[in-house]
Amino acid sequence: MNNVFALRKYIIAGIFSIACIAFVFRLFYMQVIDDQYKLDASNETFRHITQYPPRGCIKDRNGKLLVTNEAAYDLMVIPNQVKDFDTNSFCSDLGITKADFNNGIRKAVQLNTASHASVFMKEVTPEIYAAFEEKMYKYHGFYSEVRTVRRYPMKIAPHLLGYLGEVSKELCERNPKYREGDYIGMSGIEESYEEALGGKKGVKITVVDAMNREVGDYKNGKYDTLPNPGENLTSTLDATLQAYGEKLMQNKAGSIVAIEPATGEVLALVSSPEYDPNLLVGNIRARNYSSLVLDTLDIPLFNRALMAQYPPGSTFKPIEALIGQQEGVLNEHTVYYCGGSYPGGKPKCDAKHGSLDLEPAIAKSCNTYFSYVFMSIMGNRKYATMDDALTSWRRYVNGFGLGTRLDIDLPSALRGNVPTVEHYDRVFGRSHWRPFTIISLGIGQGELEVTPLQLANEASIIANRGYYFMPHVIKSIGDKNEVQKKYTTRHYAPVDAKYFDIVVQGMSDVVSDGTAAASKIPGVTMCGKTGTAQNPNGRDNSLFIAFAPMDHPKIAVCVVIERGGWGAEWAAPIASLMIEKYLNDTIKRTDIETRILDGNTIHYLEEEKLQPKHYTQHTAHKK
Amino acid sequence: MNDRRSSIVPYVDWFTIGVYFFLVMVGWFNIYSAVYNPAHPALLDFSQQYGKQFIWLTTAFVMAFLIMLTEASFFSVFAYALYGAVVFSLLAVRFVGKDIAGSHSWFRFGSVGIQPAELGAFAINLGLAKYLSNENIKMSKGTVRLRAIALIVIPILFILLENETGVAITYVSFIFVMYREGLSGNILLVGFLTIVLFILALVGSKLVLSCVLLGIALIAYFLFTRRKRRDLTLVGGALAFGLLIVWGTDFAYKHLEPHQRKRIDVFLGSNVNKNKEGYNLNQAEIAIGSGGAFGKGYLQGTQTKLNYVPAHATDFIFCTLCEEWGFIGAAFIILLYLVLLVRIVFLAERQRSPFSRIYGYGVASIFFIHIAVNVGMTQGLIPVIGIPLPFMSYGGSSLWSFTLLLFIFLRLDANRMQILK
Repeated sequence: MNNVFALRKYIIAGIFSIACIAFVFRLFYMQVIDDQYKLDASNETFRHITQYPPRGCIKDRNGKLLVTNEAAYDLMVIPNQVKDFDTNSFCSDLGITKADFNNGIRKAVQLNTASHASVFMKEVTPEIYAAFEEKMYKYHGFYSEVRTVRRYPMKIAPHLLGYLGEVSKELCERNPKYREGDYIGMSGIEESYEEALGGKKGVKITVVDAMNREVGDYKNGKYDTLPNPGENLTSTLDATLQAYGEKLMQNKAGSIVAIEPATGEVLALVSSPEYDPNLLVGNIRARNYSSLVLDTLDIPLFNRALMAQYPPGSTFKPIEALIGQQEGVLNEHTVYYCGGSYPGGKPKCDAKHGSLDLEPAIAKSCNTYFSYVFMSIMGNRKYATMDDALTSWRRYVNGFGLGTRLDIDLPSALRGNVPTVEHYDRVFGRSHWRPFTIISLGIGQGELEVTPLQLANEASIIANRGYYFMPHVIKSIGDKNEVQKKYTTRHYAPVDAKYFDIVVQGMSDVVSDGTAAASKIPGVTMCGKTGTAQNPNGRDNSLFIAFAPMDHPKIAVCVVIERGGWGAEWAAPIASLMIEKYLNDTIKRTDIETRILDGNTIHYLEEEKLQPKHYTQHTAHKK
Repeated sequence: MNDRRSSIVPYVDWFTIGVYFFLVMVGWFNIYSAVYNPAHPALLDFSQQYGKQFIWLTTAFVMAFLIMLTEASFFSVFAYALYGAVVFSLLAVRFVGKDIAGSHSWFRFGSVGIQPAELGAFAINLGLAKYLSNENIKMSKGTVRLRAIALIVIPILFILLENETGVAITYVSFIFVMYREGLSGNILLVGFLTIVLFILALVGSKLVLSCVLLGIALIAYFLFTRRKRRDLTLVGGALAFGLLIVWGTDFAYKHLEPHQRKRIDVFLGSNVNKNKEGYNLNQAEIAIGSGGAFGKGYLQGTQTKLNYVPAHATDFIFCTLCEEWGFIGAAFIILLYLVLLVRIVFLAERQRSPFSRIYGYGVASIFFIHIAVNVGMTQGLIPVIGIPLPFMSYGGSSLWSFTLLLFIFLRLDANRMQILK
């Protein structure tokens, strides 16, 4: 019939064959030769999920917990999986409004598209979460991720411990270890021990489908890495002492630093005004942080113990006495006459002390006497020029840890200021200044500036009769019971031990019958030195350095009360209470304690700040 | 009755039935793997697609059996009637059909949907076979060609109205049937060249292409022709046609539906975002490629199972096969399809009745275009066109219509000895 065309079956069958063989060739190319698709596939289906390690906890020297972790739950949402459910009950469970809900979803979509997970609500507290979790199955598209937030059971030492914050974009780019949204230590121990506390992140590989739903673990977790929890730290802090110090400092601006002289371990580090560290965790952090930052009157986030720089005033005199002796221009029998001021009327003294030698000069804090000492150091024949004398003096002062940054294991300790020859040349002009021009340095005034930490360290040096261990706040990391090597090396002051005895004796007199006689502790020989330092902004700062007992001292303390007036008024009694608390554990002098607890010096600051124009004029007449 | 039924059993082509059965079963297990849901591991869980597919395939087998029981002459006698009924239902579905995914092409009976478009191929095949098997039909006659094409185009028009462009495209395959029955091979060639030109025009510079065409025309005219005057019109006409395609392509392209234009963009690989319009194809290629030579193993595919590949149980089912069985498995299935196609061609050629032969070629052509378009699109060789892979894609309508096509032919074939030459 159609035989003419019967041969066409070969052509048709041929076309079928050619097409099918082409498909087979293409398959061979795609599946066997080309590797590109295999690589693509492994990226697409496996999700590498970061496992956050719990951060290390921090304990005090007696094992009391200062910082611990608490579970918080990040509520995650995948918008395109959110199915119809009762949004009213959802919102009331979480304590949010319907507008919050809609906003949250919209933000999530904008941020990460509708098919990817975004944080819907950060760090939901366990209380809210417990109720919410039971109903979670109803809320399609929502799930939770556990993370930990810091908890401070004793609510103390906020400045020392520091707080966490989200890692900056720049750091993320510099260090691949971090990803945006990670939390790292932003201040205090949290910052300086970030490496140890932070631990190591782990990775969990899960199989994910195209809708971003986790389907299961990849190969039953064979390739997962577990997170390494952060190391626990043991602090040198004595939590009881710290808490007591913070209590004493209420309604006062200033700080307390207490150091164990034999080791350099920081026993207490109080900066006031302070804040409850629990305010800066979890989802309340942002709100509280900005209100703390905005409190420019009290500047509660400012760590005064390390960063506030004050003229040391008379607390500098022991150093002056030590330098004089070492330089051979002063000994315990050197006598000067005090007629109420150094000849020429400046600097003034608090009284007419008459003729006196070194020990009573320290006990009575005689400005005239120490002005003579300073002038004799400057006029030392050893030095060809005044420049050399000042430079040498400066080197001595640096040797006591002043004007240099102490290598404490906390960030942002400041170095203070010990003026240089160049500084005075700049201010007065070359050879337009003489020792008398800068005589107030001798009594711890003028351009001299120190931090409370440096003063506490100075007390520690005198307590040790000539050496110190670098102050530090962490005793050990993890289970290893060893301190970093730099904290076990002795640093020697540039003054021989033999010259310390007379200074220590003088400081003991300060407490027994000198300027701080009111702060005596029955049964304890405390050595101390008051300081009443001029404050260019207002009322004098009240300072006190001390250590006790006199022999084999266990604690060295520095107290600074801004605008506290006389050193003996606030700083000395506070320091004595700290020492009594640490050595005796109970306070017998309850009258002094009550006065301090009820006392308020912060109102001086508030008054000044409220009338800023007046105080600058006032200071001109101040002593 | 009884006598005759028992008498056809030796004449039934059990080989083809075996291949058919094998493909259907592979398809079913493949669907199980593609949509495998650990919460419903039972193969016969009727809430899952694999459970439902079991229903479709058993009913398909029952239908196949019933067709084998039917009188063979029924199909040629009622060919036009069946054709008319389907065309009528294509028209009717416009008014009473349910709107599913933008196309108005489903009748709903309870939970069962019937898409008359799936039956279009069956109807055209019957109508075409009936018409072309008439005595004194010569393809060389213009009226014959016109009527044959009309038989094909009428259902196409209705189906295009239903937005089932993909289904309509498959009917182009009847050109093979017409070719076998005497249509000039040149038309096949021209059709092929038209597609090539169309693609070149989309990819390349239209000006360069025009110059090349002109060059070819000049060379052809001056070197390979003798009777100058007649060939001048031929070559000139061909050149004009070529230029029309080249310059008309742009126009046509711009007047396509946006999603169709995107599919062409994706196919050509021009400025395509792999996460947007190129997503389907890219994911399909990744799934196929990641299978490697030997595959990831049954139920081990990740790309398809995890919903990366869209429509992974229906139009893109081939991806699961490739991913889990690798090149070895996928090539075997393609070659098995080829065996089926060649077998049908062989069976068609052994028919004494032209009706049976033409019907057979129609079956082969329809199967071929579905296989070629489906496999070709998953491999990125053809723009994405949503049509099922015969016997393997999930879905009752398609399985039934392919079974219907094949088993009517097998019934006709079993009857071949009863036909007097």
